[in-house]
Amino acid sequence: MKLRRLKDAIGSKVMFLFSTFILGLAFIMAFGLYYRSRPILAIRPLTTLLFSHIWHPTQGEFGLASFIAGTLWVTVIAMIIAVPLSILTAVYLSEYAHRRIREFLKPVIDLLAGISPVIYGVWGMIAIVPLVRDYLMPLLNERFPFFPFRSDNYTGYSVLTGGIVLAVMVFPIIISIVEEVMRTVPFEVREASQALGATKWQTVKHTVLKKALPGIIAGVILGLSRAFGETMAVLMVAGCDLHGFPKSIFDTAYPLPALIANTYGEMMSIPLYDAAVLLAAFILLVVTASFNMLAWGILLRIEQKGM
Amino acid sequence: MLISTVFVVGSLAFILVVIFLKGFPALSLNMLIQTPRGGYYLGKEGGILNAILGSLVLGLGATLLALLISLPIVFYLNIYLAKSSKFAQLIRFFFDVLWGIPSIVYGAFGFTIMVFFGLRASLLAGTVTVALFILPIMSRAMDEVLKMVPFELKETSYALGSTRLETALKVILRQALPGILTAILVAFGRGISDAASVLFTASFTDSLPSSPFKPVATLPLAIFFQLATPFPEVQQRGYASAVVLTVIVLVISVVSRITSKRFTKHVVK
Repeated sequence: MKLRRLKDAIGSKVMFLFSTFILGLAFIMAFGLYYRSRPILAIRPLTTLLFSHIWHPTQGEFGLASFIAGTLWVTVIAMIIAVPLSILTAVYLSEYAHRRIREFLKPVIDLLAGISPVIYGVWGMIAIVPLVRDYLMPLLNERFPFFPFRSDNYTGYSVLTGGIVLAVMVFPIIISIVEEVMRTVPFEVREASQALGATKWQTVKHTVLKKALPGIIAGVILGLSRAFGETMAVLMVAGCDLHGFPKSIFDTAYPLPALIANTYGEMMSIPLYDAAVLLAAFILLVVTASFNMLAWGILLRIEQKGM
Repeated sequence: MLISTVFVVGSLAFILVVIFLKGFPALSLNMLIQTPRGGYYLGKEGGILNAILGSLVLGLGATLLALLISLPIVFYLNIYLAKSSKFAQLIRFFFDVLWGIPSIVYGAFGFTIMVFFGLRASLLAGTVTVALFILPIMSRAMDEVLKMVPFELKETSYALGSTRLETALKVILRQALPGILTAILVAFGRGISDAASVLFTASFTDSLPSSPFKPVATLPLAIFFQLATPFPEVQQRGYASAVVLTVIVLVISVVSRITSKRFTKHVVK
């Protein structure tokens, strides 16, 4: 009898230790990356590193601004495409689709989340790059030769290509969160609205979407943070060469995660290079972690308070 | 709305069709059972067996390691702690946040750990990094499953005099087994399909995985490197490798659907 109690008590302690490991992991990650990027922070102020666009590792210049701009460009494009499509799909799945259709489509959409980022990259190179190069770019560049379409990059590897591929990658995240939140809106709310004579679409627009708004925002933030940190697919389709700031959706972009991945191999040979790259990783960690805390904080509140 | 749904589902079909159309013609048995020979990346003979095996070994190791860490945690959250426990809420919140951190950051972190311990890029370092990366994915999925286990089952077990540990391992584990298997497979799929986390930590090699302290090849990186060459023959093989990876991921996903329906021998309805 005592042995069984003892086992139980030991099990409890061990499990508790494992759980604290998770709490520790987040802080160790942040600290580890910060610690390794200290050498560069010691000689250059953070603001210079963030806002200078001069990137010459061999001369000791590590301005991250053009990479940050590249990240922002592809993320914004991805969100412009993904947000409306995802929300409308979620509305369809939760409000309009027959139960059987929903149960068939949800795993299919989840499959999008399981596909390897590299496969997205391959798809982008085969399908989206020619699409942008042969159709979108000639069309928009000639018809609208001004910002943000004017560009002389005719390769098809561009901000827009990266944005399109990223948009497809974040579909499943936004859709699953928004759909879940919408389905927690009580059934009575819809009934009450329809009893007052509202049509189905009016009900969705004025009551369900309004009630689900915080959850929708959370879903969008999570999608945003995924797009922000996605690496391999963007590395393969966004061009990734050093041209300073992208000035058009058809210019190449060199986002921050791609920079980290690309410097693999060369970063130990140049002084401070590794510190600069790990600083980039630290920035990514801080940004994505804060986005996630915000979004999950909102979702947690919804769960506790109810709708 | 229907149009956007069709668009979303259509993009999945578009991806699969493009990958298969482009890759199937280039796929051959030799690619699957040979390792790269000299000059493989210039268009000479060889295959990607090194990468296929490397990915499987690394993925299995990482999944096992992640399972060993996450199983005790989700049991602790769901059996030892009360539903309203602040600590459980905190852990779940951290899992959610860790889930959203990009894999390249895990890769960079794995690299700092490696440097700290004086390790070189190796199977071991890659496995640990990928394990950390899939840990939140696996734990969140398992937590969802354990939350669904009926409350009465736990109470019945206590009423018969079992301790919490016995309840966890002998009652709840069996009840939740199908869901746990699904969670494991999902995490495994994510583990083998990620490239950014192994780029620094597992590096790449042309030989088969042999020792935990040597670099190991992985399939996503093999695809990436083959497509980065300027030679059409090698790029063709990259497309074929993409088919291999896609098929593996699809098979895992189908198997996980089946396991969630089978393996229900011990489940109390």
